[in-house]
Amino acid sequence: MTAAVPLRTRSRRTRGGTLSTARRREGLTALGMASPAVLLLLVFFVIPVVLAFGLAFTSARLISPTPARFVGLRNFAMLAEDPVFLRSVLNTFAFAAVVVPVQAGLALGLALLVNGRFRGTNFFRTVYFIPVVTSMVVVSIVWTFLYQKNGLLNRIIDGVTLGLVRGPDWLNDPSTSLAAIIFMSVWQGAGFHMIIWLAGLQTIPAELHEAASIDGVSRWTRFRFVTWPGLRATRTFVLITITISAFSLFTQVNVMTQGGPLDSTSTLVYQAVRSGYQQQQTAYASAISLVFFVLVLIVSLVQRRLTREKD
Amino acid sequence: MSAKSSPAVARRVPVYALRVVLALFFAFPVVFMLVSSLKPDEQIFGDLGSPRAFLPVGSLSLENYAAVFDRVPAIRFLLNSLGISAITIVLGILVNSLAAFALSRMRWPGRKLLLTVIIATLIVPFETFALPLVWWVNELPWLEVNGFSVTLTEGWLDTYRVQVLPFVANAFSIFLFHQYFQSIPKELDEAALIDGAGWFGIYRRIVLPLSGPAIATVAILTFLPAWNSYLWPLMVVQDEELRPVMVGIQYFFQLNVSWGQVMAYASMITVPVLALFLAFQRSFINSIASSGVKG
Repeated sequence: MTAAVPLRTRSRRTRGGTLSTARRREGLTALGMASPAVLLLLVFFVIPVVLAFGLAFTSARLISPTPARFVGLRNFAMLAEDPVFLRSVLNTFAFAAVVVPVQAGLALGLALLVNGRFRGTNFFRTVYFIPVVTSMVVVSIVWTFLYQKNGLLNRIIDGVTLGLVRGPDWLNDPSTSLAAIIFMSVWQGAGFHMIIWLAGLQTIPAELHEAASIDGVSRWTRFRFVTWPGLRATRTFVLITITISAFSLFTQVNVMTQGGPLDSTSTLVYQAVRSGYQQQQTAYASAISLVFFVLVLIVSLVQRRLTREKD
Repeated sequence: MSAKSSPAVARRVPVYALRVVLALFFAFPVVFMLVSSLKPDEQIFGDLGSPRAFLPVGSLSLENYAAVFDRVPAIRFLLNSLGISAITIVLGILVNSLAAFALSRMRWPGRKLLLTVIIATLIVPFETFALPLVWWVNELPWLEVNGFSVTLTEGWLDTYRVQVLPFVANAFSIFLFHQYFQSIPKELDEAALIDGAGWFGIYRRIVLPLSGPAIATVAILTFLPAWNSYLWPLMVVQDEELRPVMVGIQYFFQLNVSWGQVMAYASMITVPVLALFLAFQRSFINSIASSGVKG
């Protein structure tokens, strides 16, 4: 097989012009092969992203008899004075602020629990992963039932506390609605990141752990000085992916609460969909999308920078 | 055994107990859903106070399922989602592996830049441009072929294609194929070229047949979001005939009919995915794990 390499170079060189012709043909074929994907990405990714920027400064509506006009920063000025939007930004941040550390931490805990060989390794991994293969819509519907005033969760609370504590009407109480969605979201997503952490754990050379255990260091020290530093790349990835998906919170809200009660669960994407789709205000929704886009970008860059500098 | 009956075992027992508790925690809502789908509503509520809520006991029947099929065209929704997922997977594998092949195994100017740009797009979530995309697909033209007459139509709303085409080209799939193709020796291409094979032949006869694991990964990672897709069809599909399962269940849920029936519908669209997952566990887990390598 290795003999083939010099053979090709020689045969091309002796025939002079063939090399550049072959090169050109290779380039054209490559372009042809890449073009379906590039074209689709152009139409369904690049253009809509550019449109998000463009439409945000116009008066575009989804279906409108009059063509869109340029309106400058009007949409953003409206956003700044829209209390529901501001509340949604706040909710989105609150959601991410809790979900990111809790889900990443729980997932890491799960990964450590099922890392290595013991009876039923595979069984436990599989069970922890079940919520991930269950669609978020289904999860939201089932949990809506669990969260009802006379639902399963309150019955369990009732039973455990012997009737001393009355559980709230989780989703219809503005003080518990977001927390309820947070809890469920962590439940659904932890298994996914457990797998990512596990993959990371497996990249840490076993010799390091062996060396540490020969030296007789405690489990915690071993985690702190062997495992944790070994998970650097995984950490960045886990944090960024959870943050982005937390910022994109929509399905749970749309199925369970429609942003209520009293906008306590309204989010950025929920507002974008409400104004852009239900009210057909494409331009306003694009402005929200743009804010969302910039936020995601800033947070990812900051996280990348932070996790890099620490090490 | 006796050699181990030391502090090591004493420490292992609580760890094992923790694993079991967590397993119950992650499984109970799904078990509850499956079990409740077989019970009449009165019994679902009656069983809530006891462990019977999680057990298939009492008067069990498939009546809830029958009622779902009576009330909504659930079969139609299932077929829609099945078709949309299948076509997205097949086209996705083709389009993305072709692009990855060109990017990883052929030499041409701009390929490095293109790969960098494609990877950079991974950070942009769909939700940031979904709304401009709704506006955009509403403006897109399409050639309607009717026998021998071809007419130009405008707007992609309420079609199957609007549920498929935006998700065919996928930066992450291209990246995965690219990584995988890198691991296949390039000498194979050289040898084939000398034997007179074209680049497309190399792709089809050499590289693709060796790429089973990458194809499986891309298929799984395309299937899950396609089957679960919700936000997008919610906005671009009004016609009940074209509705996928997740939007279908959301409307069904809003009808407020009966919890047993809602759980039946939910089970119906979850069990096939769970079954696939249990059958191809290793591939599923590996696919998810491979999505972590991009960090």
